[in-house]
Amino acid sequence: MSNIILEIDNVQKSFGGLKALSDLNLKIEEGKVHAIIGPNGAGKSTMLNVCIGQLAPDSGTVTFNGENMIGKAPHEINQAGISRVFQTPEIFPDLSLLQNVMIPAFAKHEGAFKMNIFRSLSNEHNIQDEACQILEDIGLIGQLHSIAGSLSRGDKRRLELAMCLVQHPKLLLLDEPTAGMARHDTNKTIDLLMKIKEGGMTKIIIEHDMHVVFSVADHISVLAQGTIIASGTPDEIRGNPKVQEAYLGGAHL
Amino acid sequence: MKAPTIKNDIFVMLIFSAVILSMPVWLEPLGASYPDLLQKFAIFGIFAVGYNILFGLTGYLSFGHAAFLGVGSYTAVWSFKLLTMNIFPAIIFSVLLSGLFALLIGFITLRRSGIYFSILTLAFAQMFYNLAYSVLTPITNGETGLQLARTDPRVIDRLFSEAGEGLPSTDFFGLAMSGYSGFYVCAVILIFAFFISQRIFHSPFGVKLRAIKSNQTRMKYTGYSTRPYLLTAFVISGMYAGLAGGLMAATDPLAGAERMQWTASGEVVLMTILGGVGTLIGPLLGVGIIKYFENIFSALNEQGLHQAYAFMPDWLANIMVPMTSPFVGEGWHLTLGSLFVLIVVFLPGGIMEGINMFKKLFSKKTSEPDFKPIKKKTTPETVK
Repeated sequence: MSNIILEIDNVQKSFGGLKALSDLNLKIEEGKVHAIIGPNGAGKSTMLNVCIGQLAPDSGTVTFNGENMIGKAPHEINQAGISRVFQTPEIFPDLSLLQNVMIPAFAKHEGAFKMNIFRSLSNEHNIQDEACQILEDIGLIGQLHSIAGSLSRGDKRRLELAMCLVQHPKLLLLDEPTAGMARHDTNKTIDLLMKIKEGGMTKIIIEHDMHVVFSVADHISVLAQGTIIASGTPDEIRGNPKVQEAYLGGAHL
Repeated sequence: MKAPTIKNDIFVMLIFSAVILSMPVWLEPLGASYPDLLQKFAIFGIFAVGYNILFGLTGYLSFGHAAFLGVGSYTAVWSFKLLTMNIFPAIIFSVLLSGLFALLIGFITLRRSGIYFSILTLAFAQMFYNLAYSVLTPITNGETGLQLARTDPRVIDRLFSEAGEGLPSTDFFGLAMSGYSGFYVCAVILIFAFFISQRIFHSPFGVKLRAIKSNQTRMKYTGYSTRPYLLTAFVISGMYAGLAGGLMAATDPLAGAERMQWTASGEVVLMTILGGVGTLIGPLLGVGIIKYFENIFSALNEQGLHQAYAFMPDWLANIMVPMTSPFVGEGWHLTLGSLFVLIVVFLPGGIMEGINMFKKLFSKKTSEPDFKPIKKKTTPETVK
């Protein structure tokens, strides 16, 4: 049994009368790819939002690497080692691809604030090399100096993934990394995810595409109505009647 | 969108210095080479270059930067009154004090963004403006404005010489601040200010500011505490405004509260937008155009127009003069306003966008190499 890197303990969150998360408990093992699946509105994204400090839960705790993350600012949580790929790509549309990736790399190396007014960006060779390496891996190196806003949606997603990977986070949260991608691009993303899997980075991946889920996940949890209804290896989940009910004709479909 | 290299930057600095220092020569044919106007170009240039560090890089639209201009002016005049007529300490104090004020105001106003930030800065500037007329009159001398007097202590000057007859005039270690020497002092300071701005634009810090403008949410989830960045940019631009204010007092040792009115804050916004927000040179072009209109166009009258149209046949000139006269003299605001509307509608990136479009058009016709795919050469070693 390896280390538990992230522990979500009894987290509750409601929006008005709607209970988005109720008694959510989840343990993520270090070095594993953990997929979260569940029908629309199950609270998957809300869960990630709580993890990165975007939302404060009504009650419960989120412990990362033995440290309580509740009440911390988003940048502190990122500095602690959690990066997130959003459902709609959050990139810097006005900057070049290279700059888009260099900025997270700076955050990793220099921390939350550094006033280096008299250093020249073009002299930051280490950061540049690092950014180029990631862009190479992700297949966007040819557009190094294009403006990120001009990329296609699929490329924006991959760029955002590159921005997270360059930080070498301890935990990477992926919110539907292949949504809206063509099959070809999806396969490329799967390959990429498999590649970074070898690096031992812990990942939580939210995904609707079962092909992706069963290709990359070590462990799957099923979220429905704000709580985990099943958890196990891909094979266990595939045969679980509760999951089949939630997905294929449960009360709330 | 390639990152500018240091060699490139130095080249730009050299050209820039040459252009600024030779202003009295090449502005001569335009009728704008008299020292008073040249000084204004340089001083407002500093103001706009600094303002652009905040507005251009972070996108935070401040409507209160005139307050820092005012603080700088008052500080400088007090330094002339109490210490010495040398502008060196005056300017240092102006920059420091306006920086301090910017720190305080920025700390409060940067809790909000967008329109609320603009309104908060406007409120602070108007508060300063009204305070200068009311409770702060012992410091600002109210409506009359803060002036020099023969009886001022000027302790440092007194160490070296007795008070002379009449009012002393400002200098920079013996260099008079009036006339062309005054312009050259301002121009050198502008070049220095531009250099700092260029360094900021091309530093990692500058790119982070730009990233905040582009997507502040992403910045936060990328591990940056954005407020210290914004506050630093705010303070730096406040110090630039203070420097400009100090120089205004240095070239004309009088500080009035009207310098802090919201129209003065609005003017620098116009200059920046007109020239090109977020570009290095743009704001200076904006300053040039607005100050030129304000000083040259406003002085044109019908007689001047007749002279300008002298090359036309009489009947055409007789039609053109009444048609164009509303746009000059008192009506210069109309010309400037139309120009502003045209530029914002057709060139949202200001004059710089127009210049870049022109450049692109030009380079497409003359040289193709620009469109070659990026070679690995430009990227550092990436392939193992």
